[in-house]
Formats: sequence, structure tokens, C-alpha cells
Amino acid sequence: MAHLCLTDVSVHFGGLQALTEVSFDLRPGEIVSLIGPNGAGKTTIFNVITGVYKISGGVVAYDGQTISGLRPHHILARGIARTFQNIRLFTAMTALENVMVARHCRTRSGVIGSVLRTGCQRAEERAVRERGMAALDFVGLAAHADAVAKNLPYGLQRRLEIARALGSDPTTILLDEPAAGLNPSESRELMEMIQRIAKTGVNVLLVEHDMSVVMNVSHRVVVLDHGVCICQGAPAEVRSNPAVIEAYLGSETD
Amino acid sequence: MDYLFQQLINGLTLGGVYALVALGYTMVYGIIQLINFAHGEIFAAGGYLGVILLSYMASQGLMDSHPWFGLAFALILAMGYCAMLAMAVEKVAYKPLRQSSRLSVLLSALGMSIFLQNGLMLTQGVYDKAYPTEFTHGGFEWLGVRVSYMQIGILAVTALLLVLLNTLVFKTRIGKAMRATAQDKVMSALVGIHSDKVISTTFAIGAALAAAAGIMVGLYYGSVRYDMGFVPGIKAFAAAVLGGIGNITGAMIGGLIIGMVEILAAAYIPAGGEYKDVFAFVILIGVLYFMPTGIMGENVDDTRV
Repeated sequence: MAHLCLTDVSVHFGGLQALTEVSFDLRPGEIVSLIGPNGAGKTTIFNVITGVYKISGGVVAYDGQTISGLRPHHILARGIARTFQNIRLFTAMTALENVMVARHCRTRSGVIGSVLRTGCQRAEERAVRERGMAALDFVGLAAHADAVAKNLPYGLQRRLEIARALGSDPTTILLDEPAAGLNPSESRELMEMIQRIAKTGVNVLLVEHDMSVVMNVSHRVVVLDHGVCICQGAPAEVRSNPAVIEAYLGSETD
Repeated sequence: MDYLFQQLINGLTLGGVYALVALGYTMVYGIIQLINFAHGEIFAAGGYLGVILLSYMASQGLMDSHPWFGLAFALILAMGYCAMLAMAVEKVAYKPLRQSSRLSVLLSALGMSIFLQNGLMLTQGVYDKAYPTEFTHGGFEWLGVRVSYMQIGILAVTALLLVLLNTLVFKTRIGKAMRATAQDKVMSALVGIHSDKVISTTFAIGAALAAAAGIMVGLYYGSVRYDMGFVPGIKAFAAAVLGGIGNITGAMIGGLIIGMVEILAAAYIPAGGEYKDVFAFVILIGVLYFMPTGIMGENVDDTRV
């Protein structure tokens, strides 16, 4: 089982220190939430793990192998997929195509095979289609497979982001504020979905502001403030930690 | 009436060729927002490889015994060669500038165009090279319209390539990767697409189409010249802009329109034949002036490749 481990990870953009020696890990079968005030570095951590940002210190390891420094498509091929805080679907493609495109790294056929429509290319395309439908079905979008992504309602676009991430058969999925903009009943469905994802053996790292989602689904919570990891532990522990309360509400002497 | 039909057939043939070249401009623009000025030279290189291969096969008598086989062989070889040439050009002249301003890449493309054109001139000479055309004679009369087998061949190959391209872009994994990369390079990397590879493939596909067009123009006009890429290149660019640059369907339509207008203008406007090159540019200026996004341009951000 996959084990994601960040050790003393630092990132700076010019003179701005975005992350300072952040260490935490995501053990097999876990749902871990990253929380913290705006600008704490949560999304930066996602960008570090997925290879969008270069780190200036520390190590990101997955399954015991260093992945920091790899290109994003290689990291995805290792089994880490993500969603975006502001939805970033391929808007002109259908829902099914959005999911199918995520299987690019798991498939082989090239230009020549595609032009000649060789048997193995067709078989592969069919398998990708079936796998894509399965991912859509998992998030409850099977009925919208042929809808163009930009025409889907907002809540369904959020689900499609998750389906696309699942489409690459990840072993770890990073969800960046999946509950943003969802109404309470949609949030409940989302929580249930996150738990179902974890049950299929996929680790979940969650960035979320909706505390009811965080406290209900997480096994552990990691709290960041100004790029520093100030506390990690079970949801109940974190909730009563004075440093966390200070980060969110300010200290009493303020 | 017969005269009009005749001109329409001619226009369709020429327009199909422009469409093939225009696709290369539009696909590259769609994926990296670059006007690839060296594309016309790739087209010329295809025409030259065609004349070299066909002349050799003709001298061996192969073109008399198996003309269609010989043509297909030359087409496929030239398409493969130009695909590799374009990938090399991309690697040398554009890829190192991926992070630079668009102007730098544009200048690099202009430089590449001059380099390739002069390369052709130095290796192949400054004079026209005649295509072996003995096997292209023949044709038939249909409703008073004279259609040569050559035109039928060009139309058939063009149609086949356009259908294959559509299938490739809209029905296959490679096409999905191209469309995804065109829309959002960061996101497509995060769903596991190696954008450098996709960009390289896009250049290769555009170049293969241009190479086929180069051979067909050579066969149609009977000769090639080292600078043959320039004017058709600019006209195809005009076609891509007319269709809505970045849009594949638009490039096909734009190519056909430019070809038709050019032929019809030459046929019906007095002394139009001498000014035939002017019309494509009049259209280009008109499009830029009155509808800069082109025919299919309203969804230019969405369906571009």
C-alpha cells in the first residue's frame, strides 16, 4: 500500500517563504485533512506533491521512493491524482472524455495505430471507455457521460473533477476544497463519497474549509499556519489544541 | 454553366490542398499559440522529396508499371520525412523557448523558415524541378466538365486525410491528449499527459499533412521550386485565420473558401488571373478587420487543438 511522506519540505518564491520544514505523512488507508487559515500553504503542498512547484529543501517520498523533482505526469503515473479548488475541467470535452483523458498515462497506442485503427488500438480505446464509465458511475455521473463539461451544473462539475482524478487509477488522491460551494446535502453526499473512495484502497489527502466535513471523515488532521505545521493528530485533539485556536481566532492578548 | 462547374472542381482541388496546409498552422497555434512560419517550408520539403522519389522510380520504370503504388509510396515516405523534420525544427527552434515571450518564438520561426528555404536552395538549386507527370495524364468528361484523374486523386487523398485527422483528434487517446493540452497545459500534465510529447506529435501531424499537400501541388502544377512554400504558406495561413485560428474544422472550411475564391476570381474578374494571389490576402485583411476571430472563432478557446 502506498505511503506518502513529506520530510522537512520547504518552498520559497523569491523572498517569500511559503512552506517551512513541513513534515507529515499519509499512511495506507488513511483520510488526512490539511487545514489552516487562508494563505497557510495548503494548496502549495498539493502543488509540491504533484510536481507543479519545485521544493527548495526536504524530500517528498512515495512508496519509499523520492518523487520530489519528478515532472507532474510522472508523479501521476506513480499513482497520485488531484482535483482543483477552482474547477479546472477540460470544458469543451464531454464528461466521459474528461475521465478518459486521465487514463493517458496508463495507455499506449500511438499516432500510427490510431490512424490505422488497429485492433489493439480499438480494444484499448474500448477498455478506456469502460473504465471511464465506471469512474463516472462511482461519482453518480453515469447519466451525464455525454454532456459537455461546461454545461454541467456546478455541483456535478465538482464530482466530475473527482471522477477524472479517479480515472487514472490512483493509489492516493488529493482533493482541494471539494466541498467549496456545495449545499449541505451535497456536502453530505461528498463525505459519503470520500469514505467510499478510501474503502476502495485509495488514500485521501483533503484540503477543506468546511469543518463538518473535515471532522467527520478524517482519521487525522494536519494544521498549517504561515507555512509551518503547527499541530497534527486526531480531529478531537486538534480541535482543542490552543495553537490551532490561536491560529484561527487570534490569541487573547491581541 | 459548364465553365462554372469546371471552375468549382478546380477550386475544390486547390482549396483542399490549402486546407491541408492550413491545418498545420491552426493545430500548432491551438496548442502553443505560435504562428509557425516555417510550416510553408515543410510543405516545400514534402514537394521536393516527392519529386526526388518519383523521378527515381520513374527512371526505374516503376511509375509505368505501378503508378498508384509508386505515388502512395512517395506520399507516405514524404509524410514520414516531413513529420521528423518538423519534430526536429520544434526541438531545436521552439522547445528551448517554451518559457520565453511569444515574440521570441515567432522570430525563431521566421528564422527557421529562412534557414530551411535557403537549405532547399543550396541543396536542390534555384531552378524549377519538373515532376514526372506522364502517369498523371488522362481523365474524363462528365456533364461537359473535364476532370483529370489527377484531380480525382488529389481530392480523394485530401478527403481521406481530413477524415483520418478528424478521427484522430476527436476519437482517439492522442486526440484527447492534444485537446486537453491545448486547453490547459498545467492541468493536462496533472492528469498524466507529457505535454512536450503531445506538442511534438502535433507538429508531426501538421507536417505530414503539409508534405502530402506539397506532393499534390507538385503533381498538379508539374514542378516545384525552393521558394514554393512561401506564397501557399501565407495563403494557408490566411485560410486558418479565416476559419478561426486554432479551430480544425475552421481551417478545413477556410482552405476550401480561399481555394474557391482564388479560382473563381481568376476565372471571372477581368485580368483576375494575373492578380490571383491578391484575393487570399484581401480576404485575410478583411477577416482581420471585420471579424478577427474568424468563421468558427466564437468558440476559439474551446475547440482549438
